[in-house]
Amino acid sequence: MVEGGLPDSRLGGVHNLGPSSPGQQGLPIPDSWGVEFGEPPGTWGRSCVDPAPPRSWKFLPGSAPGQKLGRQGWVLPCAVLVPQDTSVLAGPVRAGPKRSCWGALSSSRLSWPPSLLPPGVFEKNREQLIRKTCEAVILGTLHPRTSISIVLQVISDAGALLACCLNAACMGLMDAGLPMKSLFCGVTCALDSTGAITLDPTAKQEKEARAVLTFAISSMERQVLMCTSKGTCSVEELQQCIAAAQRASGAIFQFYRDSVRRKYSKT
Amino acid sequence: MNFKFCVYFRTVEPLEYYRRFLKENCRPDGRELGEFRTTTVNVGSITTADGSALVKLGNTTVICGIKAEFAEPPAESNNKGYIVPNVDLPPLCSSRFRPGPPGEEAQAASQFIADVIENSEIIMKEDLCIAHGKLAWVLYCDFICLDYDGNILDACTFALLAALKNVQLPKVTINEETGLAEVDLKQTNPLNIRKHPVATSFAVFDDTILIVDPTAEEEELATGTVTIVMDEEGRLCSVHKPGGSGLTAAKLQDCITRAITRHKEVKKLIDKVIKSIKPK
Repeated sequence: MVEGGLPDSRLGGVHNLGPSSPGQQGLPIPDSWGVEFGEPPGTWGRSCVDPAPPRSWKFLPGSAPGQKLGRQGWVLPCAVLVPQDTSVLAGPVRAGPKRSCWGALSSSRLSWPPSLLPPGVFEKNREQLIRKTCEAVILGTLHPRTSISIVLQVISDAGALLACCLNAACMGLMDAGLPMKSLFCGVTCALDSTGAITLDPTAKQEKEARAVLTFAISSMERQVLMCTSKGTCSVEELQQCIAAAQRASGAIFQFYRDSVRRKYSKT
Repeated sequence: MNFKFCVYFRTVEPLEYYRRFLKENCRPDGRELGEFRTTTVNVGSITTADGSALVKLGNTTVICGIKAEFAEPPAESNNKGYIVPNVDLPPLCSSRFRPGPPGEEAQAASQFIADVIENSEIIMKEDLCIAHGKLAWVLYCDFICLDYDGNILDACTFALLAALKNVQLPKVTINEETGLAEVDLKQTNPLNIRKHPVATSFAVFDDTILIVDPTAEEEELATGTVTIVMDEEGRLCSVHKPGGSGLTAAKLQDCITRAITRHKEVKKLIDKVIKSIKPK
């Protein structure tokens, strides 16, 4: 049996860049989840005048709250999740009637329009991963005969794309106000040849890595909702990656809380 | 309990029906929670293919045929060949599939096999190169499901491994004068299989119970699935958990332990089969 958390020293090289506040000592953070809202840095984050803030996030909630669109359904607000260089636009999350569905079933349709080529097998696989993760958390039984469609538009890709899509999807669902069992976040771990774990790798780091694992961690007890791996790794390395991802997810959930608090403090 | 009542109960309340069995740590077909269905392998049945294998996991039947053709190596790595897997779930295997372009499940399975091939490095693509920059082998691996009763990924992975072991590639020489390839069908070489990835699939019930090798009915009732692909050195080639209910790291570790045992069983079976093929 593998024990729950691992002490930091055994994680061997979790990159701990960025300022860590006194309250967060010993917590390995992924490459600075800065909150960029044009304000001086708070607990996380770098100054917004920093010329190249690495991996800073923006949360831009949709302007209008749920608009009714006739009897067909609702077009609900969207969320944009923009970690620097890798950007995914999520939304609109639309709930509409679904005739083919009967009973307490609600399916979610995901489209990921890539720029040039029609969606291939790889994109379909990614869609299935994201869709099944969302299906696991959305309380579908509250909305029978409904289909929820999540549209993720990849604006730019600089590594950790799947994790970014997962985060965008979750924030979109949150912003839309759909009832969910728990929140989830996406975390990517890259293992290089020495076995060092890098969280939230750039595209270059991903390419050079021996293995890249992406997890979707749920906010309930930090369970692993989704897991995809590329390349080989040993069993111990997998457990280490899961532990690192579970710790990093704390930072992401805090970011969700801060963003939503910010949104509702303004209105 | 009256037999007829069981049948009606199973149709009307399948989840409750299953829960009654799971409470006793067994399943309606009599298996334990960690027990696989009977696995049978038949290698070399398709004579027109360069390599083939038929795998049956209980009722789930998948046949894999491998055809080798020529192609130019890719521009960015001119000493590599190609391996192109394609999983086909025709309406023949189950009423849930309609005729037409491959559905999401077939595409996801194809991508899964492609990932397994790439992650596990079952064959070095460099071995498929005949002449740098000019000619390479492309192996088209076609999987056709003949009977869908759950756990398609395990069956496909096993079929891939068995079929690749069965492949015999003819010797190719490039004629200096004409620049054309000459194929000598009498001299054939088997592929160099470096690793033996074996997939083990689990279904998650009610967010807590893990059962191995789910049937189609169990897959429908399950709240999530996990597939672990291991090779003989105990390295994880792929951990495929497409959403579904959450698992703790400890539960994943249980899955991995079961996958390690399964790998040994499958390896023994495949070695027996390959040894039993008489060389022509």
